[in-house]
Amino acid sequence: MAVLSDHLKDRIRAYLPRYPNKQAVTLPALHLVQDELRCVPSVAIREIAELLDLAPAEVHDAMSFYGFFRDEEHKLGQSRLWVCRSLACMLRGADELLGHFCERLQVPVGGTTTDGKITLEFAECIGACDGAPAVLVNDEHEMDVTAEKADRLIEELRSGT
Amino acid sequence: MSKYEPVLLARVNKPDSHRLEGYRADGGYAAFQRALKEMKPEEVTAKVKDSGLRGRGGAGFPTGLKWAFLPKGHPAPVYLCVNADESEPCTFNNRILMEKDPHQVLEGILLSCYAIKSPTAYFYIRYEYGAAYRTLQSAIDELYAAGFLGKNILGNGFNCDVFLHRGAGAYICGEETGLIESLEGKRAWPRIKPPFPAIEGAFRKPTIVNNVETLACVTHILRRGIDWFKSIGVPPDPKNPRDAGSYGPKLYTIAGHVNEPKCVELPLGVPLREVVEQHGGGVWKGRKAKAINPGGLSMGFVDVNAKLKNSDRTEYDIPLDFNGPGTVGCLGLGTAAVTVIDDQTSMVDVLHNTCQFFAHESCGQCTPCREGTAWMLKITDRMRRGQGRREDLDILVEVADRIGIMPGTTICGLADGAGWPVKTAIRKFRSEFEEAIKSGWRSVVKALPMAAAH
Repeated sequence: MAVLSDHLKDRIRAYLPRYPNKQAVTLPALHLVQDELRCVPSVAIREIAELLDLAPAEVHDAMSFYGFFRDEEHKLGQSRLWVCRSLACMLRGADELLGHFCERLQVPVGGTTTDGKITLEFAECIGACDGAPAVLVNDEHEMDVTAEKADRLIEELRSGT
Repeated sequence: MSKYEPVLLARVNKPDSHRLEGYRADGGYAAFQRALKEMKPEEVTAKVKDSGLRGRGGAGFPTGLKWAFLPKGHPAPVYLCVNADESEPCTFNNRILMEKDPHQVLEGILLSCYAIKSPTAYFYIRYEYGAAYRTLQSAIDELYAAGFLGKNILGNGFNCDVFLHRGAGAYICGEETGLIESLEGKRAWPRIKPPFPAIEGAFRKPTIVNNVETLACVTHILRRGIDWFKSIGVPPDPKNPRDAGSYGPKLYTIAGHVNEPKCVELPLGVPLREVVEQHGGGVWKGRKAKAINPGGLSMGFVDVNAKLKNSDRTEYDIPLDFNGPGTVGCLGLGTAAVTVIDDQTSMVDVLHNTCQFFAHESCGQCTPCREGTAWMLKITDRMRRGQGRREDLDILVEVADRIGIMPGTTICGLADGAGWPVKTAIRKFRSEFEEAIKSGWRSVVKALPMAAAH
């Protein structure tokens, strides 16, 4: 059964004219699919491969290199919350902050809350060191995250649709 | 020293600093229009070469020389890849440029594409910079609408497209051939060089990979001239015939245990002490600095209290130009990201954090790097659990010495960067590590259960 809608396929195809070959659309395609489906299921890998004239193994080879993409058994929650753990943030309390999020969300790092709202991850340096400790909410920085700010952020993400 | 007037950051605090209208009102794109009308591409290249501009991404390679490596009279296409994968820990200068003043970067891209005769720039930006990505996309849209991008730009016959391409959270994509492989839709495994990208790069065509800040400098060199650029910074060391000098302005990022973490623009060669004390507001909580990472994690550590030979100054006083950090055993200037570690922090924790980063980000292609970074993490991990062994320090240094391009065991420099902080930390803070092992010291930072490592 196909999982990519015609609209999604069109959005993937729209990237083709940008590059001299189709394989270069692999990363954009994986992003589009994961944004929409919250994971890249194996059926989608085959469909992407078909769109790009590749073997499914080639798409999977690229996808599995980046720990960023998830298969259907590790589907993402509605929001993805990355806590930076690299040096600049670590020096200003990142480990404690990550522990705080684990406790409040009741999930281990990498896990998703039971209501499916938030997936908690650690990140290596997210380039927000002027606001350390910092987190990334999907792809936006949140700077100077104290425990109170963390709790507010959780509330916002939980109440969001 | 008189107060330095910023150029790269001159516009960042203006309202709507990211919009084309304001950028043009401040004289933006005039340099590009002039180059397009009055200069041959070779003249633009010559100007960049003669300015002495060196790459701002970490390696410090002369930009004009890199461009000159492109084959002459190649049937085309030639590509420009913009390296906005900025992932070196503690580095965020490119992010500021892209979020706050994207047009000065885009003007540099247009000038560079004109110089190297490239019809296409692939702007590879790390996924984590979502705000920068969206700001850049709207800036690019503005340029197409104004006729500054696309076909027959300003009626001159020059064609140029800029495409943003998002990464997916892998540090190795900042290595130029890793970036190219990733762009091509493959795993980001760096290529064996030669051939260098200028001969065979993206899609097997001649390709130039330049950092965002480097391209912003190109804009200002064409706008203000070579003499202006060379009036800033440090001329070549006459005693070192291989030194290309450290000219121009540089963005320094200041992070860690300082009162005011921020990005500042200063002339190359500013002393490390001045960056921390004056621009970073000094060390936080009234404490003193112990160690400093002067240019991104890969560069290793400075011991603030270590006296320099035949001088009453310390490593804290080194100049931050392309040569300065190397004089005290660091790998180089790197990304000029300054991270301060205060005297209450354990170097065991710092080193463990460092090893954790490189073990996570080693791409796995070369065995010495993949295994070496993992072993260094294992060893530092047991040290912080109070289970360090007497021989551990020598083993760490031995591993660090044997992985990388310099010992000739890996394809790219990631492993050199993984080894350098280990070597410098243990060499410079050995007694602290020995004491920790002897006393069975344990880190107060609790380790968390992690989901599958990737």
